[in-house]
Formats: sequence, structure tokens, C-alpha cells
Amino acid sequence: MSATFETVANIISETCDIPRDKIKPESHAINDLGIDSLDFLDIAFAIDKTFGIKMPLEQWTQEVNEGRATTDQYFVLKNLSTRIDELVAAKKA
Amino acid sequence: MQIEYFRLIDRIIALDLAARTIQVEAIVPAESTIFEGHFPGHPLMPGVLLQEAMNQASGWLIIGITKFTCMPFFAAVKEAKFRSFVTPGMALTVNATLEHEGSGYAVTRAEIRARAQDRNQDNQDKLICNAEITFRLVPFPSPHFRENMEKFAATISFPMELAANG
Repeated sequence: MSATFETVANIISETCDIPRDKIKPESHAINDLGIDSLDFLDIAFAIDKTFGIKMPLEQWTQEVNEGRATTDQYFVLKNLSTRIDELVAAKKA
Repeated sequence: MQIEYFRLIDRIIALDLAARTIQVEAIVPAESTIFEGHFPGHPLMPGVLLQEAMNQASGWLIIGITKFTCMPFFAAVKEAKFRSFVTPGMALTVNATLEHEGSGYAVTRAEIRARAQDRNQDNQDKLICNAEITFRLVPFPSPHFRENMEKFAATISFPMELAANG
């Protein structure tokens, strides 16, 4: 699995006190790991800092609320890791 | 301060948008009913109110940086340390720095220091407390809410030209 996923999984494990071996690429942060929106702010802060990005959480939330995206696209960890890779690549470009 | 009105800061001394810092003056009142209970015969400024002073200073920093486009609501505090007692009449300076502006949230680091001219020589320039604070940033709940915030901003020397840009 990608280095990005490993970093994200470690952040989630440390931030939310979830055993690292329970965090899989297929895990949904909300539905499977039970992370609530406040804990997700901590995770977002750690991810933003670690990768030097600004995850567009407001845009993602709006897309989900308007039915243009599913939470799976952003909160299943392998998908989240891909989004992070895209943001890092866009920053370098 | 007007503690009973939950006004924990008095005046913005400096708001530096480039450095993402704010410095605020906060004078603890000589008398307040709060001191009658906290504690009888031994008045101390409650730590939760010092935390709120750090929240309010941080909040105005965020409102300045975001140019009055959103309202920061207190969401989390980490590593809050209350290092020294604060007594009635003390002059405090609250400093805050924006650590990170995320999407829909912001994180600051804030501290309170006893001002150098404080009458208590032992507390000169002394670090009173500090914390890392997280805020949710949401649209102002109503135009009326924002109007009230603008009115309050004018009373604490907030640079109102920033509000006009929002």
C-alpha cells in the first residue's frame, strides 16, 4: 500500500487512539472507524501539516450534500490517500 | 473586561495579517460577583475564563485574516497550561498566532502574559497560560449576527476597513 496511506493510517491511529491494525485501505473513516467530525478536524490538521496542503473539506462536503459525490470517494482511506496525492501533485505543478 | 457579559478582552493593540498575529489588552476587573464564589476570601480569575480570553483574541485574529467572511466557533483546545494565578485588577496581554487556516477550520496558538507595568513585580512579563485552539469556521448565521459582530469589533479597535472587504 502507498506511503501516503501509511502516513494517513498512522495519523488516524495516533489522533483517535484506534489500533493501527484495524485501519485498512478499505476502511471508511466515518462508517467503519467511527471518526466524528470533530476528530476529523484533528486528522485534517495533521494531514494538512504533514503534506503541506489544504484539503478542500468544505468543497467535498458540499459535493456530498448535493449528491454529486459519495462519502466513499473522500472517506474510504485508499480514496482519501489518492485525493491527498492529487493535491500534493497539484501543489508541485 | 466585562466578565458578566462574557467580554474577556478590551482592546486590540496590534493585528498583523502578514505575520498572522494579534495582540490584545485585557484588564481584569477589580471587583466582580465571580470572585465572590471563586474563591470566597481568595479571589482568582477562573482558568476557564482565561481560556475564553485566548479564544476571543484568536477569534478576532481569524475574523481579521478571513476579512469578516466567516465566524469562528470554539471547537477544541489542546495542551492548555495555566501556570500562574491571575488576581483582580491585573493587566494582561493576550497574544495569538494563526498556526493553520484549513478548509472550514483554523488552529491558533495563544498565550496570556501579565503586562510588564503590572503592579505585581513578581508577575512582570510572566507567562500566565497558553494553549493550542481549534475553531470551526462557518458562514455568519444571519446578517443580524454579523452586524452585531461588526458593532462589537468597533468597540475593541478592530481595523474596520477589513470588515468592509468581507
